Amino acid sequence: MTAYVIRRLLQAALVLFVMSLLVFFGVYLIGDPVEIFVAADADQVERARAIAALGLDKPIWEQYTSFVQGALGGDFGRSFVFGLPAVTLILQRLPATLELAFAAVFLTVVIGLPLGLWAGLRPDGFAGRTILAGSILGFSLPTFWVGIMLILVFAVQLGWLPSNGRGPVAEFLGIKSSLFTVDGWRHLILPAINLALLNIALMIRLVRAGVREVLPLDYIRFARAKGLSWGRIVGVHVMKNIMLPVVTVLGLELGAVIAFAVVTESIFNWPGMGKLIIDSIQRLDRPVVVAYLMVTVAIVIFINLVVDVVYSLLDPRIRLKDLDH
Amino acid sequence: MSAAIVDDEAPWRRMVSAYAESWLAMFGLVLLVICLGLALAAPLISPQNPYALAQLDIMDGSLPPGSEASAGFRFWLGSDDQGRDMVSAILYGLRISVAVGAAATGIALAVGLAFGLIAAYAGGRIDGAIMRIVDIQLSFPAILIALILIAVLGNGIGKIVFALVTVQWAYYARTVRASAMVERRKDYVEAARGLGLSSARILFRHMLPNCLAPVIVIATVQMAHAIALEATLSFLGLGLPVTEPSLGLLIANGFQYVLSGKYWISMFPGVALLVTIVAINLVGDRLREVLNPRGPQ
Amino acid sequence: MTLVVEDLQTQFPTRAGLIRAVDGVSLQVGPGEILGLVGESGSGKSITGFSILGLIDPPGRIAGGRVLFQGRDLVGLPEEELRRLRGARIAMVFQDPMMTLNPVLRIDTQMIEAVLAHEDAGREAARARARDALARVGIPSPDERLLAYPHQFSGGMRQRVAIAIALLHKPQLIIADEPTTALDVTIQGQILFEMRKLARESGTALIWISHDLAVVSGLADRIAVMYAGRIVESGPARAVLAAPLHPYTRGLLDSLPRGAGRGQRLVAIPGMAPSLGRLPPGCAFAPRCSRATAACEAMPALAEAGADRAVRCIHPLGDAA
Repeated sequence: MTAYVIRRLLQAALVLFVMSLLVFFGVYLIGDPVEIFVAADADQVERARAIAALGLDKPIWEQYTSFVQGALGGDFGRSFVFGLPAVTLILQRLPATLELAFAAVFLTVVIGLPLGLWAGLRPDGFAGRTILAGSILGFSLPTFWVGIMLILVFAVQLGWLPSNGRGPVAEFLGIKSSLFTVDGWRHLILPAINLALLNIALMIRLVRAGVREVLPLDYIRFARAKGLSWGRIVGVHVMKNIMLPVVTVLGLELGAVIAFAVVTESIFNWPGMGKLIIDSIQRLDRPVVVAYLMVTVAIVIFINLVVDVVYSLLDPRIRLKDLDH
Repeated sequence: MSAAIVDDEAPWRRMVSAYAESWLAMFGLVLLVICLGLALAAPLISPQNPYALAQLDIMDGSLPPGSEASAGFRFWLGSDDQGRDMVSAILYGLRISVAVGAAATGIALAVGLAFGLIAAYAGGRIDGAIMRIVDIQLSFPAILIALILIAVLGNGIGKIVFALVTVQWAYYARTVRASAMVERRKDYVEAARGLGLSSARILFRHMLPNCLAPVIVIATVQMAHAIALEATLSFLGLGLPVTEPSLGLLIANGFQYVLSGKYWISMFPGVALLVTIVAINLVGDRLREVLNPRGPQ
Repeated sequence: MTLVVEDLQTQFPTRAGLIRAVDGVSLQVGPGEILGLVGESGSGKSITGFSILGLIDPPGRIAGGRVLFQGRDLVGLPEEELRRLRGARIAMVFQDPMMTLNPVLRIDTQMIEAVLAHEDAGREAARARARDALARVGIPSPDERLLAYPHQFSGGMRQRVAIAIALLHKPQLIIADEPTTALDVTIQGQILFEMRKLARESGTALIWISHDLAVVSGLADRIAVMYAGRIVESGPARAVLAAPLHPYTRGLLDSLPRGAGRGQRLVAIPGMAPSLGRLPPGCAFAPRCSRATAACEAMPALAEAGADRAVRCIHPLGDAA
């Protein structure tokens, strides 16, 4: 088990290293950073000073080394729009994005799981067919368009919910979140639904397929032959088997949701790091872009790692095989 | 328990009739054909060329659906802020969206097919290396990879296609490799080797045709993904340039008018996008069931 | 009689038409008695077993007949009442031990839940019952094994666990669906021996479903032979084996490597088991039968044929014609 985790950690480090190469050589070397970091009306002396200050006169590998050294210490340079360290900017925005992402994953579980179970247990019933058709619609709906339509209906037409920004933040148990204020909830509902929609559809299909795969198996019939109640068969025998893919996919979806938050945050003006990255790409604020990409890649790698370990803990077959070796 | 049912029909006929059994899938197919037809015929059937600025009249700006244009025809779906007919803009936008999606899907399919076959045929280290890259890439959200590429490359039609291909090739590679590995162990490949046929010939004439069914299924689904992802990137202002307005860009343009209640500029391009994607997904869903006998029926 | 099945009809609608998987099966088995239900795969013998327990999944359904268990008809009984019988009064052991235990649940979970499904015992009492049941079927160090997962057991051990579960509530009827086919021969012998001992000692009625006449011949008191969803011959095991009346039973016997004909050639039955969707109108075995005549195009009835025997054939063996 330990050996497995160490192996996975090494692999994660390698992927992060390759990503740093890609991002660095991509963002820093394609296009001329001097154009961005130096004011257009600067004279030759100022330019030379800036080039030296940025280290652009050094050989490429040396630039990369200092980039990596900086990155390891959490220093990706300063945003030239905000004048703040890029990482500070990202970390300021991270809680809002995480709040949105977790809300979306929560909705995915509480809505997707029961609907998927129902559709899997009664695939030929009216409700089952409707849920399936709804899930096809759900993952066909372009997220950004749904966001606009949610604003149109609930904010513009009905005027029930705000369409813009995050609510006030309150502190509870040392965690600052807009979840602890009523207005925070009102602001969160539409973006969270928007971000969750695709994942709800995926969850429904995953659970439905899992249930339909497990139900005809012998051990379910045997469980019935033991005289178990239907509730116990579904709740324990079926659920325990489909939990494996569900947990895996949920973990991976958390990473996807954090990345996909760029869309929802742009529409609802949610002050998370996704909105920041879009603005930064358009303003060519490269230190922020690099910081965002590295932070997000690191988050995704970390999540994948956790998912793999949890998976191996949940599946007795994998767990024991690994312990034996 | 399972009674063998003898079937004399040819396999492709059975597939066609199995496909046709679902009215929902037939509905999807009809929708898809209509969408593709409209995209192809856009210049012929549009009331107006939305990008011939001389034809636009700023006095026609932001008119609601059903209003009459100064040129005499009707804006059945309204007009945008520059007096552009939304029907025409949507038809042209659909054309661009479908073209970009199809190009990306085609190239990604070719690239993924090649790498998948090479991995399966070569085995060993080459296989290990290719599949490791595929696994790692698939563990990242598609939009993150697209963001990285666009942050690095900047935007433009070729770069968007490149980004979509990079996001998607891995799905094909994995699928093709999986089915090619199964085919590789079959007797006919051994027999072809025994006959002294070249590797390329065995790969492309013998193994490839047998891997196509799952690839067709993946390609349908990925085509929908490509169109949706391109629309998303264009909406974010990271996709196609303003001179090539796909549906995503039309929706983005209309977004600012939504708050003032001018819903049509954003809503109708979205409906067109949605219908196209739903149609593709309905077809893909049914193909998966028909072509994959092992999957849940 | 513990169980009397009368004219059981189990049907599955399919795209190709209605499949009559079980078509008018009648059988009975009493306390301590072992009935061997024999037939090729697809003959409907397993479906018969599942029908008795009410485990036919839609769109399949029991379309007719009665299943009288201790005098009470189980067909059409509410699900909750069937549930109370399953596992408690009627138990079933399945064919493939690799598939009958849930791979992600520990053995103790799967045994304790079986106890608690029918008894209001405490968890500890249920655990003790489970441990005793494992010990009874010869599983060494049952306390440890309770904590294991199914994949840590061999096939034979898993089948013992399944049998232990079937025995938990001392049922009056056990339906064993080819429980030994997936196991190797020595383990097969042990399990057969133990099951027979059990039936005799506890007075449990046992229906032993098998495609293998050799297995059944050493075990059963009575034999019923199924072909294409119907019973074609039934009678006391000894009599049926010594002098089969139906050509199909004869064929099954001739294809066994056993008994008198040392050095004799094994004879396989020509042709293949028919598809249930496309049965001939008359005797389903006629296309493969050397004795078939034009008369066989009409469906023969299951007719009395001497002491406690019945056969569904127009030209039974031993008949002068």
